Amino acid sequence: MAKGIREIKRQIKSKQNTRQITKAMEMVAASKLRRSQQSAEAARPYADKIKEVIANIAAGTQGVTHPMLQKREIRKTGYLVITSDRGLAGGYNNNLLRMLMQTIQANHSSKDEYSLFVIGRKGRDFFRKREMPIVEEVTGLPDAPTFQDIKSIARASVSNFENGAYDELYLVYNQFQSVISQVPVIKQLLPLDQVEEQGDGPSAQYEYEPSAEGVLDVLLPRYAETLIYSALLEGKASEFGARMTAMGNATRNANEMINSLKLQHNRARQAAITQEISEIVAGANAL
Amino acid sequence: MSTVLLEIVTPERIVYSEPVNMVSVRGAEGELGILPNHIPLVTPLRVAPVRIKSEGQEVYIAVGGGFLEVRKDKITILAESAEKPTEIDVDRARAAKERAEKRLQSRQQEVDFRRAEIALQKALTRLDVSQRS
Repeated sequence: MAKGIREIKRQIKSKQNTRQITKAMEMVAASKLRRSQQSAEAARPYADKIKEVIANIAAGTQGVTHPMLQKREIRKTGYLVITSDRGLAGGYNNNLLRMLMQTIQANHSSKDEYSLFVIGRKGRDFFRKREMPIVEEVTGLPDAPTFQDIKSIARASVSNFENGAYDELYLVYNQFQSVISQVPVIKQLLPLDQVEEQGDGPSAQYEYEPSAEGVLDVLLPRYAETLIYSALLEGKASEFGARMTAMGNATRNANEMINSLKLQHNRARQAAITQEISEIVAGANAL
Repeated sequence: MSTVLLEIVTPERIVYSEPVNMVSVRGAEGELGILPNHIPLVTPLRVAPVRIKSEGQEVYIAVGGGFLEVRKDKITILAESAEKPTEIDVDRARAAKERAEKRLQSRQQEVDFRRAEIALQKALTRLDVSQRS
């Protein structure tokens, strides 16, 4: 019986160690979540502003056309997939990749019909194992990514659209709804067709230098990059949210296990003591 | 003196937000000096220092490309990167300058060439701004 007690004690110890780790990870994720929410918020004025100017140009001038606004026949599709570098984030990567796989299987019959841009080690490994066409990959992004960090992939994915390497581009990422809920989404990024008017119409009639088209030429790619950047920030926030929830659950489970093990341990201890007493009493009676 | 609100915004943060008397930028078509009550205007910016005059003082900010939007009540600069003189890492800018110069000399592909040119411009702008403060 004494051996059983020692065994239980060892198990309790190991659960306690696990709990310590998961609890720490939960707290780290919580603080990083706050920071990434802040940077997502800081990015908003820039994106809003660009959108406003584009909407203004679209509303103020008739018949402005631009390759990035036009739909064309779809021969090849690009997917920009945002995953995390590290695991232990619940269903964060799995849900996203499963949804993407379903979409790809439903829409494409061969590997020539799509290409993938991947951010994050988890996604890259996933596609590599399945030998899917990865055009560009970025891994090891910092937890609070700057615009410079993703500029290369954003620029590459936008310019590939411009020069016709593919005819549409989708953003695949986890949308941040709340700390406990992140929803994987596939959003069309290019061609940009949903630059809608916000509210009160054009706020001012602008002069454009050199011309409305000239401005649009520079502005639209920047806008697309900004959208990618904000998707990335949202993805990061989702990652930390998912990790926080997953680790919170793990901590709770560890607590439960420790409690039930403690109960077992006490019972075993009690039983051992009772047995010892009865042995002593029996011994004393025999004298 | 009349003033107008100037905001310099990057994807990461708001770099500058103060009323100014004048702002001078290098647009796609050349130098532009903007005073309060300018007509609404949108133009792309080149990589160059932005000169700001406010309350008799001159401030320079290194802007790495982007846009200028002028409205009746407000001037907004949307930049990919923007730094005040005190925020500039001079050593890094100098290293970037040398790297870009080396790449320009080796003259590989057209794309690399363009990229190196922009990198050089950015480095020069940063050094310029940091020296003026």
